[in-house]
Amino acid sequence: MPQKSFRQALNEALHHEMGRDPTVIVLGEDIAGGAGASGQQDAWGGAFGVTKGLLGAFGPLRVRDTPISESAFVGAAAGAAVTGLRPVAEIMFVDFLGVCFDQIFNQAAKFRYMFGGKAVTPFVLRATYGAGTRSASQHSQALYPIFTHVPGLKVVIPSSPYDAKGLLIQAIRDNDPVIFLENKLLYDTVGEVPDGAYAIPFGEANVLREGGDATIIAFGRMVHFAQEATAILAAEGIDCTVVDPRTTSPLDEDTILETAEETGRVVIVDEANPRCGMAADISSIIAENAFGALKAPIMKVTAPHTPVPYAPNLEAAYLPDAKRIAEAVRKTMAYRK
Amino acid sequence: MDAQLQPITMPKWGMTMTEGRLSAWLVKEGERIATGQEIMEVETEKITNVVEGHVSGLLRRIVVEEGATAPVGALLAVVAETSVPDSEVDAFVAGYAERAGAAGDDADAYPTPRVVEAGPHQLNVLSIGDGDATPVVLIHGFGGDGGTWLFTQDALAKDRPVHVLDLPAHGGSAPTVPSGKLDELAEAVVAALDALGIARAHLVGHSLGGAVALSVAASAPDRVASLGLLAPAGLGGEISSDYIDGFLAADRRKPMKEVLSRLFADPDAMSAEMVENVLRFKRLDGVPEALGAIARNLASGGRQAIDLRDALAATQAPVLAVWGEKDRVIPAAQADGLPANIKVERVADAGHMPMMEAAAAVNRMLAAHLAGADR
Repeated sequence: MPQKSFRQALNEALHHEMGRDPTVIVLGEDIAGGAGASGQQDAWGGAFGVTKGLLGAFGPLRVRDTPISESAFVGAAAGAAVTGLRPVAEIMFVDFLGVCFDQIFNQAAKFRYMFGGKAVTPFVLRATYGAGTRSASQHSQALYPIFTHVPGLKVVIPSSPYDAKGLLIQAIRDNDPVIFLENKLLYDTVGEVPDGAYAIPFGEANVLREGGDATIIAFGRMVHFAQEATAILAAEGIDCTVVDPRTTSPLDEDTILETAEETGRVVIVDEANPRCGMAADISSIIAENAFGALKAPIMKVTAPHTPVPYAPNLEAAYLPDAKRIAEAVRKTMAYRK
Repeated sequence: MDAQLQPITMPKWGMTMTEGRLSAWLVKEGERIATGQEIMEVETEKITNVVEGHVSGLLRRIVVEEGATAPVGALLAVVAETSVPDSEVDAFVAGYAERAGAAGDDADAYPTPRVVEAGPHQLNVLSIGDGDATPVVLIHGFGGDGGTWLFTQDALAKDRPVHVLDLPAHGGSAPTVPSGKLDELAEAVVAALDALGIARAHLVGHSLGGAVALSVAASAPDRVASLGLLAPAGLGGEISSDYIDGFLAADRRKPMKEVLSRLFADPDAMSAEMVENVLRFKRLDGVPEALGAIARNLASGGRQAIDLRDALAATQAPVLAVWGEKDRVIPAAQADGLPANIKVERVADAGHMPMMEAAAAVNRMLAAHLAGADR
């Protein structure tokens, strides 16, 4: 099977769906190359190169550069969705969605419910998230818990090129507003991706590895750190299951509970801040439904309750890593023999 | 290498395997082992398999303990008589990695599948082996793919090319089956033979693939040197529609795992990766519809919709039929009463996947069948 980067997988998903369905449009800052700017159009394809080539293939009516006003174009996407288009809006950094909470929380997320199920809002907000690029606290957050909290939104965090393509295709075909979060440090990772189109259903966790001793649940880039940790632990004779829920809303509680019950020891890894985060949420679900199967307290490996620091040494200390994950697993193993 | 010291190494099953976990030794240090004896269980991301020894003698030293993981080709144990001093065994173990490394890393050289244009089809083909004997084409069953032959392909490729073919709408092949009829699949196999430049081949088919092979033997008898039919469709009435319908309906991990477990006598042999691989091709646009069409032509209401018993009686090619006695998809009773010229083998502890569940035994049956047919 062909090897492709995470970025290329997303680009293919956009190509497939725009080719298949004329109502799919993309909009955002610089995604067509900078409207009104002189020089070569489509030079970059957005701040991270994901929309490259779409302008040439589908033209300026369906690939639209917008002013630097997230609240305007996110509102436009929500409105266009209600009138029958399937917009995919690109927000450079998820942090910038702060200025469009009303459009997302009070409008898009509510339409299906407030209009008696007669209105659907099929739009996708693609945004980067995550620390580790020395981009400081306004360009590095992992804000998915905030969107997960709001009913009516679906929230997707792909961890591999294969998942990125299949989940973005599902997001575009889905009839609800989808927040699609891409870790900037995954764009250049490479993996097997089929050439054809395929959709991965939401709420379907991926079990990357099966082991009998402990379950590690992780999202996005943290899935890779969890995998690294399992290699360290395997050398010590500790065999772990790794679960990537893929979507935080809907959440595949079945798979989480099933694997938690199988091993009885759970470590949840989340690069978001810990209060009201996914690690807290999942540990409460396990504690409530699988308490009897637990052999040790559930461990959380998360960022601290601080903004993402700019200083490189502090930023490195802020993020979970394989070493911290392995240490948490060892603690659950040592709790009770 | 000193012939008095013989290595037992980590096998390689399929191109993606880089390491295996030695889940159990079935023999102890100090025991004598014979070629063909079951000596260990190895677990990969895909499946757990019992490994038979390819050497005989005294199991002198176990190098990799139970539960440990070792890379493909790593030394797991040493077979040597007591006449060989301990110091020589030590030196053999110490120097093994270096010598194996010097012999070249064959992991990189492992063949990769390619997509072959065969008439209207784009078929995924993995070819291994380059001997002079008549080539073999391996055809998986409904909902399967080339992974079915993980333990078979290498074993048959010692003296001949062995091609693993993904049927249309399966594995890495495009969903080019508008009608889903058996004839269409048989035509795809003949087109693949043409595209691969194969005049005549042994066809080995599993389940639906067995029916496809038999159908090729009926429509193009001069292209078929022999038939190996593993739990084939088309030779009896009963078939598990629960399996087929469940497979079509399952679009998530948990229901798919439950459905696939019915293939095996021991469902623990399966892994999460096997389930994920099936879901990966089932998610592709066009595949569910194509599989639905194939299924409708294959069976309904627990009865097979294809009957190839006349074709089987008419074929001039040597035929081997193999059934797992615990088959829950196509019952092994259908092996009873086949024409007298068909060689029938039954495998006691296998379900619908005898070539995976009793790989070594089925490989021996197939090798003997191929050698007999070549004569």
